[in-house]
Amino acid sequence: MVDPRTSVISERLSRTSRIIAVSSGKGGVGKSMVATTLALTLARNGCKVGLFDLDFTGPSTHIILGAQKVQLKEEKGIIPPIVHGLEYMSLVYFVGDNPVPIRGADVSNALIELLSVTQWGTLDFLVIDMPPGIGDAVLDLVRLIKRIEFLIVTTPSLLAFETVKKQVELLCELKMPIIGLVENMKMDKANCVRVETEKLGLRYLGSIPFDPQVEDSIGRETKLLSTAIGKTLREIVKSAVLAEKRER
Amino acid sequence: MHEWALAEAILTSAREIAEKEKLTEVTEVTIRVGELQQVERPILRFALSEMKPPLLKNAKFRILKAKSTLRCRVCGTTWPFDSKGMDKATAEAIHFVPEVAHSYVKCPKCGSPDFEIASGRGIWLESVKGAKQ
Repeated sequence: MVDPRTSVISERLSRTSRIIAVSSGKGGVGKSMVATTLALTLARNGCKVGLFDLDFTGPSTHIILGAQKVQLKEEKGIIPPIVHGLEYMSLVYFVGDNPVPIRGADVSNALIELLSVTQWGTLDFLVIDMPPGIGDAVLDLVRLIKRIEFLIVTTPSLLAFETVKKQVELLCELKMPIIGLVENMKMDKANCVRVETEKLGLRYLGSIPFDPQVEDSIGRETKLLSTAIGKTLREIVKSAVLAEKRER
Repeated sequence: MHEWALAEAILTSAREIAEKEKLTEVTEVTIRVGELQQVERPILRFALSEMKPPLLKNAKFRILKAKSTLRCRVCGTTWPFDSKGMDKATAEAIHFVPEVAHSYVKCPKCGSPDFEIASGRGIWLESVKGAKQ
């Protein structure tokens, strides 16, 4: 017995130049904010961008984007609706506001199903908002999408950074490319995360100062881009993401 | 149609297996379709016939049904999935991503959403038969 779905995943992503998973070993560090802002910023730079929310049990990019409920269009698969210029896919299209109490094997199956039936257009970037940790979603993506790159998010907290270190170790062991690390919600000038990041051999992409305006920008994408997250991501996109052009 | 995406996956997978097995022609492909995904078999069959690659041009497709069984992890109750009585939007959501059943279906005995899909989830390629030169 063979699961036929995995054989078309590379075909579904064949028109996507780069695939960036925004990830962290820890929850609550602002992955979804960073992923959404990264996607919007790339799109504002003239790139064709998709955003895929893989945080099945705690999706939030639809709230950040203020995405409305839409009727999904089908064309030999599912065509991701366009939200603020992004091709956007999330499990919320199928579950609405209902909780999604799924475990390991079900997470993998849902992930494979969406990867095999979503018909992304021609994209310069597909940004993936990952669930926290180094569990099923990370391992499945590494297995199924060989050319995925990771962008790691942490906060200045030792608790967050310690889990991030484990994640980086795992990704290095799996020989996965890591674009670098973003320090989010920084409240002082301490540079210990930068120092520790560089000790890991990773590029420290920048720090996002804690910005109380971010909460007000939820659901308002233009305002989000004018917050500290928006400003920092603009710099990171220029210096570390667009600077590295890769072919499909 | 979602069935077209699944048909493409089946054909790609069957072709890969045939190439690996060094088959020069595929004569029969057996597919098992779980009830939970509520695949429209006539559409799947049509999509398979429309998209088949040269290696599968004379292949016969056997599409078998698999009963869908759900098993509660809390109380152990086993029950069959049934879309009767479900509204169209819910049935369609489960059709697209069977795992979202956890958001809509509860154990009939204890009411828990913590169940496993014991059988009949989605599509499986059971066998690819053909001729070698």
